[in-house]
Amino acid sequence: MPNLPAPPIPKILQPKPKRPGNGSTATPIEVAADTGISAVDWIDERTSLSGGVRWMLFRKVPKGINWFYTLGSATMFAFLNQAVTGVFLAMYYRPDASGGAYESVRYITDDVFLGQLVRSMHKWGASVMIILIFLHMGRVFFFGAYKYPRELTWVIGVVLLILTLAMGFTGYLLPFDQQSYWATIVGVNINGTGPFLGPYLSDFLRGGPEFGATTLSRFYAIHMMLIPGLIAALIGAHLYLIMKLGISAPPWLQGNSGNDEEVPDPELNSTVEV
Amino acid sequence: MPGAFEGETVTRRRFMGAVTHSAGGIAAAAFALPALGFAIGPLFSREPFNWQPIGYPDDFTEDQYSTKVITIVQGIGDAGNSIAYVRKRDPAIDKGKPNAYNHFVALSSRCMHLGCPVRYVPAAQRFICPCHGGVYDFTGQVVGGPPVRPLDHFFTRVHNGLVEIGPRYSVNFQLQEFSPRDPAQPLNGIGQYLYPKRFDTSILPKGSGKTP
Repeated sequence: MPNLPAPPIPKILQPKPKRPGNGSTATPIEVAADTGISAVDWIDERTSLSGGVRWMLFRKVPKGINWFYTLGSATMFAFLNQAVTGVFLAMYYRPDASGGAYESVRYITDDVFLGQLVRSMHKWGASVMIILIFLHMGRVFFFGAYKYPRELTWVIGVVLLILTLAMGFTGYLLPFDQQSYWATIVGVNINGTGPFLGPYLSDFLRGGPEFGATTLSRFYAIHMMLIPGLIAALIGAHLYLIMKLGISAPPWLQGNSGNDEEVPDPELNSTVEV
Repeated sequence: MPGAFEGETVTRRRFMGAVTHSAGGIAAAAFALPALGFAIGPLFSREPFNWQPIGYPDDFTEDQYSTKVITIVQGIGDAGNSIAYVRKRDPAIDKGKPNAYNHFVALSSRCMHLGCPVRYVPAAQRFICPCHGGVYDFTGQVVGGPPVRPLDHFFTRVHNGLVEIGPRYSVNFQLQEFSPRDPAQPLNGIGQYLYPKRFDTSILPKGSGKTP
């Protein structure tokens, strides 16, 4: 682990020097702070996590950083919103093709406390996530942040984009109303137009030659378990690569050689620590 | 090989490694293969199709279509139903050879563009698809819009005095019969090879004069 400097702490949070005399004059706030610190120390002594947390939090970023760089984190926040609201929806949803699905969604919307809010957050959050992921992809592309050594980060990002679109497609069927049903029929038939393998891909999605009883359950399992697991794992890999390789400078601030190292010559003092 | 005696072909280390790897492979296959079969099994399912009664022979005429609700997937209630437009065969416009399965003409309501349900408009004698504007004429032939082939037909028969509807089959622009394909897959020219027939999903009637 590199020997990182201790972060600058504001004066008001710096530990005060101990008063003379015995320690029984400590204020309740000092006692609470000491308890918290010793709890964190207890965990850190056994896991050595503080080194890793410092590595993650006190990274250097280049000069010229702007709000476009927040789009990636915004996309992840939208994904976390979908995951949490999805968990709460899953506590009430029934994937039953003979009417139980529609009824369970109606129950969530009408009868469950804050059900309409959670369902709406999930529905609109899906559109928000798609928009943010495309904006993030556009930002990375136009800033040239996919070039060496960040090609693998870009590839993982493309796979995440495809998985996000697949989440949208499978999730759309779950309310099982007329719009969902026919949109899925149309979507699966579009898949079927690919030559040779198209019909088999359609059959695989539908679980058979016709839209049947297993199709809704299949889509539900894909939407709830298969793809979220893959997305979580790939987000972890994507974030690790980003933190390891650093943030690249905007293209108008890169040198003539196109070198976009995020830590230029320290003597030039042009690095900003966040 | 390092560590091998004279003439030894497999060291004990390598043998132990190979045995452990195969044991691990067998354990992984024991749970992975059933899971894989479970996921792709439906692709290869073959189910016999049930002939469904839809009315008496006198209920249908040659010049207008009757709308009948049929069940294409059992057990899921309304989501498994579809609509068939049925009329009596008219020798003036149905030019194919008459056999036991086409005394009545039954058209599927799935548009051959992307699968939306088409609506029969009696005043215009046309089938109109609401999604993207596909139009079919009285025989199911495409007369406008994006569909890539005419409407699918169902086999029909008269059994115990009732008209029954059977498996579906697809046609191309020349009204040549094919085994059922999904919408959006054209069947002219090389279309039938680009989009091969899937494994038979229904026991088709014998003597139906079938169908590549």
